[in-house]
Amino acid sequence: MIEARGLTKKYGEKVAVDDLSFSVQPGVVTGFLGPNGAGKSTTMRMILGLDAPTSGTVTVNGKPYRDHVAPLHEVGALLEARSIHSGRSAFNHLLSLAQTSGIPRSRVDEVIDAVGLRDVAKRRAGGFSLGMGQRLGIATALLGDPRTVILDEPVNGLDPEGIRWIRSMLKGLAGEGRTVFVSSHLMSEMALTAEHLIVVGKGKLIADTSMDAFIAGASRNVVRVRSVDNSALSALLTGPDVTVRTVDADALEVSGLTTDQIGMTAGRAGITLLELAAQQASLEEAFMDMTHDSVEFRPTTSTGAQR
Amino acid sequence: MTTTLEAPTTQRVTQARVLRSEWTKLRSLRSTVWSLLAALILIIGLSILVPAVRVAHWPPPDPNDVRNFDPVGISLGGTFLAQMAIGVLGVLLMTGEYATGMIRATFAAVPRRLPVLWAKLGVFGATSLVLVTPAVLAGFFIGQSILASKNLDTTFGKPDVARAVFGSALYVVAVGLLGMGLGALLRNTAAAISTLFGALFVLPLIVRLLPSDWQNHVSRYLPLNAGSAVTNVHNDAGSMAPWSGFGLFCVYIAVVVGLAAWKLRRQDA
Repeated sequence: MIEARGLTKKYGEKVAVDDLSFSVQPGVVTGFLGPNGAGKSTTMRMILGLDAPTSGTVTVNGKPYRDHVAPLHEVGALLEARSIHSGRSAFNHLLSLAQTSGIPRSRVDEVIDAVGLRDVAKRRAGGFSLGMGQRLGIATALLGDPRTVILDEPVNGLDPEGIRWIRSMLKGLAGEGRTVFVSSHLMSEMALTAEHLIVVGKGKLIADTSMDAFIAGASRNVVRVRSVDNSALSALLTGPDVTVRTVDADALEVSGLTTDQIGMTAGRAGITLLELAAQQASLEEAFMDMTHDSVEFRPTTSTGAQR
Repeated sequence: MTTTLEAPTTQRVTQARVLRSEWTKLRSLRSTVWSLLAALILIIGLSILVPAVRVAHWPPPDPNDVRNFDPVGISLGGTFLAQMAIGVLGVLLMTGEYATGMIRATFAAVPRRLPVLWAKLGVFGATSLVLVTPAVLAGFFIGQSILASKNLDTTFGKPDVARAVFGSALYVVAVGLLGMGLGALLRNTAAAISTLFGALFVLPLIVRLLPSDWQNHVSRYLPLNAGSAVTNVHNDAGSMAPWSGFGLFCVYIAVVVGLAAWKLRRQDA
């Protein structure tokens, strides 16, 4: 269980994390979602005591991380970029970290096998691909058999097989009753993995909700309609909270009414429908709606939005 | 995914465990092994080269060279270069963690941080002392055996000779610890190395620009002059006594390490 209360981090004038309060529960995968620069990594560093909050507190299982006597057993973390000395082999990297807590060599071998790095364990980490570096980071996170797992953008650089592996691992860890907190800027990834979502934008909390409620609550739950006479039909679709707008020249997007209601209305007026489909918002759309105002770096052209 | 995550034995972080971890880190980097090896080769290599040159060109034309002949210093010229290798290594062992991001993994494992600094200083200090001391002893005896061909050698039993030989080893190790302290304080390789060599080798040049009566007051307290007093059999009238000079050098190191420890606890990693 991770609990943040009024967590704030300022770098000079710039507010990276702004009065964040949330809790991450054990037993489910909690996604930490937000655009690049939203303060996800800073928040995760504060959970681990690497950065000190400007104000507010964050605790792991009831205590600040720094006060735990067996920190690697409390939290296992994969941090952003690589936190690995490039001149050291994967095995020696893991061994040196294991030794700080008296974790035996056998456990080092175990996590190397678990992440599939056996063949390259004796090679210098500087020569690792991004995917291998991620796997080594995940091995580091698992070393202490932690009650809480924190992963910052774990799927970065992984191949499809690696991504599937991460997903099942995260669900497995949560299934064992651990607290699993995973950040990503990839909505599609979160949709497949997380049950609960904490969404941030510009350092502020935007949502702290279940995945299902997040998608259902998005404003883009609309019905797409095409008919032989769109203007006659749209005149009939009225009511409180009902909006109708024209899309794609010959289609309508209706919100506030169900497909049943629209179909009945059209039938009574004798307007033939060509298409009638409920369109549930994807997580991506829900996310874009909610973070619309909080994207820090908006690209000036439509290309190059993804890093 | 077949990770079996059985219950661990006690996983407390202790100073002894952090020491073991830092020992693993030290021995698992090629750069460490090469720097230490370079220091040893320099010490022993110059203990052959310099005495051989002196013996081949004996007697020198300048009578002052005969009067001021320093058999200990001539056999241990390699320590001047070794102090640079060890000093740079001290810096790199600290700043290398910041440059690669390893420091985040280190501090996530040891969130109290200070045990890491103590362990690094302890492991590096002990390792370099264990390697440099025999090298300096070997260099001394090799150098004397070469000088003996012209009866220019001295012996371990003569006054202050043993002190100067062991003092040379201590001084080299102390420069390494100073480098490590500066690395922890500045967190940047270039900044720490230039500060280290600036403090050791450039400060004396600047002091030489001061009026001569000032020079006499200031010069002896400079890190290089204070620290190296213990490495000389005969010191100038103006220098500090060997052990008080080395003591002052240790105080400088303690101040740097103290500031680094304070910063380590307070600043974001």
